[in-house]
Amino acid sequence: MSADAFAPNIIGFFCNWCSYTAADLAGVSRKKYPPTVRVIRVMCSSRVDPHMVVTAFVGGADAVLVAGCHPGDCHYVTGNYRTRRRFALLQSMFESLGLGTERIKLAWIGASEGSIVADVIGGLTETVNRIGPNPTRQAMFL
Amino acid sequence: MTEALKITKTPDEAIRALLAFLLESGKASAVLSLDRIGQDGAPIYSLITEAKGLESAAPLLPMMPSNAGKLLAEMTELAPSPEPIAAVLKPCELRALVELKKLNQANLENLLLISTTCGGVFPLAIRNNGGISEKLAPYREALAKGEVADGIRPTCRACEHFVPYNADLTVALVGGQANDGTCTVLINSSRGAEALEGFEGERTQAKLESDAIEALRAKRAEEATKLFTASDTAAPGLDGLINIFGRCLACRGCSNVCPICYCELCYFDSVVEDPTPSKYEAQLRHRKATRVPPGTIAFHLGRMTHMVISCVGCGMCADVCPVGIPVATLFSMVGKSADKVFAYVPGKNLDEDLPLKKYEVDELSHLGEERIES
Repeated sequence: MSADAFAPNIIGFFCNWCSYTAADLAGVSRKKYPPTVRVIRVMCSSRVDPHMVVTAFVGGADAVLVAGCHPGDCHYVTGNYRTRRRFALLQSMFESLGLGTERIKLAWIGASEGSIVADVIGGLTETVNRIGPNPTRQAMFL
Repeated sequence: MTEALKITKTPDEAIRALLAFLLESGKASAVLSLDRIGQDGAPIYSLITEAKGLESAAPLLPMMPSNAGKLLAEMTELAPSPEPIAAVLKPCELRALVELKKLNQANLENLLLISTTCGGVFPLAIRNNGGISEKLAPYREALAKGEVADGIRPTCRACEHFVPYNADLTVALVGGQANDGTCTVLINSSRGAEALEGFEGERTQAKLESDAIEALRAKRAEEATKLFTASDTAAPGLDGLINIFGRCLACRGCSNVCPICYCELCYFDSVVEDPTPSKYEAQLRHRKATRVPPGTIAFHLGRMTHMVISCVGCGMCADVCPVGIPVATLFSMVGKSADKVFAYVPGKNLDEDLPLKKYEVDELSHLGEERIES
């Protein structure tokens, strides 16, 4: 694959109640954003076990996005507070291991924030375009 | 100053006598202690019910054939021990037990926890080639002076938690008092006080913190910086990780001996992770070749996300690794910085919940909030 043909491949875990609804709204409102995200719908962002992010990362995802309701707005009251702690663990782990934290992202996207879905995906795609493909894409001995 | 008992015997003899006393007086029905078996006296843990059986016991031997915290948790996982057990553990084994208690994998009732200030343990390999008898004298000498002993596990060299938390009784092994033919046992709880009642020794007030302990703490901190910034394991990046874990045999020894890895069936050994032909096919569509079995990095990093927050740095994982991967160095380095995020010390405070089991409403507010202007 030549560098100019690089198409970022981002795995997004979207919570059912806010972020996924917002992504729906972005579509209905015809917001434009790059087609770089494969969305996996989860009932709550706290469903995302950190090892799922690791699996996506090691499997070759150029970035992994975890999106949930704003803190305080969780459909299950406290789920996203737990997500936040798990993400802090992941960030600290990625940093200590020298993997960088640019390829993992947490975003709070409310159900009415269709434009923010577009912003977040656009921004993350830009980041990935800047830093290039994830080396785990090609590595053989993972 | 803490209540203490001064016994005019060497620590090794004193603790053996104490264990015998506990068994004979019925204060303990069994004792969990390091024992030596076979011709070469290989150290193992054993559960001893008669004072006679203590002849070969070596409760204070600086060895860790398995993490005793894990052993005690396995014994008490379903129900508390019906009979009182006295256990002699290293501080990190005790911390592991406390973490397992928090994970609902252990019951501490009916356990008398005896621990020591710890100088670290020797790698298991030395029991296979020549034994450790000749290493004990220099080891004790180093401890008396508050120095890092030679030849101990790398993570022991870097361990700053060598003064036990949550012990009922603490045996002073670091500092001069451990080498003058006497043994000081500090009494930290009413259970500890009850156990010592009627045991021969001089009641006194003692303090654990001594110059030697301060000196050792400073030296261990220095060693920790050295170990965790060593070029091959500090921030290895993907290439570094492949280099470190590439030789992994997938024997799962590390997770089997890990006290925190308590799952009966590890997720990474479950059928969903089996490398089926279709998974190879999917991989090989993107890569020119793939490792067999695959998933080495995914396993180690996945296991890390599951247990690293509770990692006590006991070093069992690296010690049993047949291909010499510095698992413990990497895991305790990552664990240490993750614990810093939550201001948590694994196994220190029984009443404090695990970081991932609780949350604060007002914290980590920088996460998820950066907005990209469009």
